[in-house]
Amino acid sequence: MNAVAAMPLPRLVRIYAADAGYEFLRLLRAPGASVPMLAFPAMFYLLFGVMFGHHGVQQATYVLGSMAAFGVMAPGLFGFGVVVAIERERGLLALKRALPVPPGAYLAAKMVMAMLFAALIFVILAVLAAVIGGVRLAPTQWLALALVMVLGVLPFCAIGLLVGTWVSAQAAPAIANLIYLPMSFLSGLWVPLAAMPHVLQQLAPLWPAWYLGRLSLRAVGMAHAPLGPPIAALLLFTAVFFVLAVRRLRRAG
Amino acid sequence: MTRIESIASRGACDPPVQAVLRAVHKTYGAQRALDGVDLTLARGQLLALLGPNGAGKTTAIALLLGLIRADAGTVELFGADPQTLAPRRRIGVMLQSGALPDTLRVGELLRITANYYLRPRALAECAELAGIGDVLHRPYGKLSGGQQRRVQFALALCGRPELLFLDEPTVGMDIAARERLWATMRTLVGEGCAILLTTHYLEEAEALADRVTVLARGRVLAAGTVDEIRARTQRTRIRCRSALAVEAVRNWPGVCESRVENGLLTITTLQQAEPVLRRLLAEDATVSALEVQRAGLGEAFTELTREAA
Repeated sequence: MNAVAAMPLPRLVRIYAADAGYEFLRLLRAPGASVPMLAFPAMFYLLFGVMFGHHGVQQATYVLGSMAAFGVMAPGLFGFGVVVAIERERGLLALKRALPVPPGAYLAAKMVMAMLFAALIFVILAVLAAVIGGVRLAPTQWLALALVMVLGVLPFCAIGLLVGTWVSAQAAPAIANLIYLPMSFLSGLWVPLAAMPHVLQQLAPLWPAWYLGRLSLRAVGMAHAPLGPPIAALLLFTAVFFVLAVRRLRRAG
Repeated sequence: MTRIESIASRGACDPPVQAVLRAVHKTYGAQRALDGVDLTLARGQLLALLGPNGAGKTTAIALLLGLIRADAGTVELFGADPQTLAPRRRIGVMLQSGALPDTLRVGELLRITANYYLRPRALAECAELAGIGDVLHRPYGKLSGGQQRRVQFALALCGRPELLFLDEPTVGMDIAARERLWATMRTLVGEGCAILLTTHYLEEAEALADRVTVLARGRVLAAGTVDEIRARTQRTRIRCRSALAVEAVRNWPGVCESRVENGLLTITTLQQAEPVLRRLLAEDATVSALEVQRAGLGEAFTELTREAA
């Protein structure tokens, strides 16, 4: 009776892959979005890690760690959050919900997009650090840094999604910036926390970016804290923000 | 037993029903968007959903697409809940404001959307049907408003839908593009596709629709064929060049209005036009440029919605 058979698995995989690929391509082609995301971490790295580097390779390595964390916040907050706000307002989200898009494909595509951007930012920073900054890391350290960046984008996807489901398309970039810049500063990604007032050091564990900074600095050998707590904290942030955001998204029709 | 009854009452030859709203209520906060609405769409049928702004058309469509849930009543798409995936694989959708990503090319958008369906149409066929063969390689954001509308139409077609939702599809299109879209819609209906069309252009509904449902303030004011709706108003307009005095004609039985428009005597009759016409010709032998016009869907619509207001 039912003429519609289930979608075979290879077809499903193709849908998820194609959606993610086009999501990445679409943002890459929008220079207003992709250039700041890719260029800012690179620019700040050269500025703080190399040009004003009074401590040579050690500073170049430390700033690689902090800019890695700073860099991957943007694809989540902007590429994910701001884009969701725009699509919610301009009707694309409604169209996607009306089309037979398999469950989760909309969000999965955007998550993979953000991870691809994180990988691209890793490559750019790694090349600059190795070629201009003279940074030398063991292959396992490079790999760890890449992993931290590609997975570390996810908590910021969750925060971005919550922003995107909450505010208007016009307000979204401003709100994302209000999270992005203060949080990265307060997490010690611009100026090491040790050089900041005691109160701010005490507050640092409130910010997801601080935990990510712990991991990326550890990956490049500039921090030696245990792995468990920051990973647990980031998983918790991701889960909480995603659950809140998805609940809002369902209602946001 | 109930099944036999329902078949018997519907008649064995009736086309299968593809979308149903039955006694549907939907409220947004204090605002009542739909207040007991019934709507049925069968295979191969083009239903025009008409109504002034805020009548509930968009809410009715959103319910059938599974975007929102009804507070009460039944919403069925191919006999299933539209919030499940299976019935939505059989529909195509063109929303009023489905802004697509600007930086993706038309061909890419078509490929992404066709992917979601089990037996999609070939890309070239979609492009041909929607008349966008020449813009497949251009980014969506670089197209004119009318071209973007046609791309959205192509996306609605690409899954070989059995039921097509078109929410004000011809807004922003030039006359040639609109006629082309009309022709495609007729072809699709001929192939058995059902279409739910909302439009502000009543001549569009008049030209295309098998059935019309008029909504106002969340209620169905009238439902039926275009002729049935048109028959809701008996008005006929008579126009001619005549020597008769406007004031005299106004007092004839059956005349509801009489005035001079562009030098022509224009009479509106309420019921039968023939007695008025007979008297007109009898009293004035010089009548020329005579034109008699039945009220169209537009007049019927205006009258219906004015009564409701």
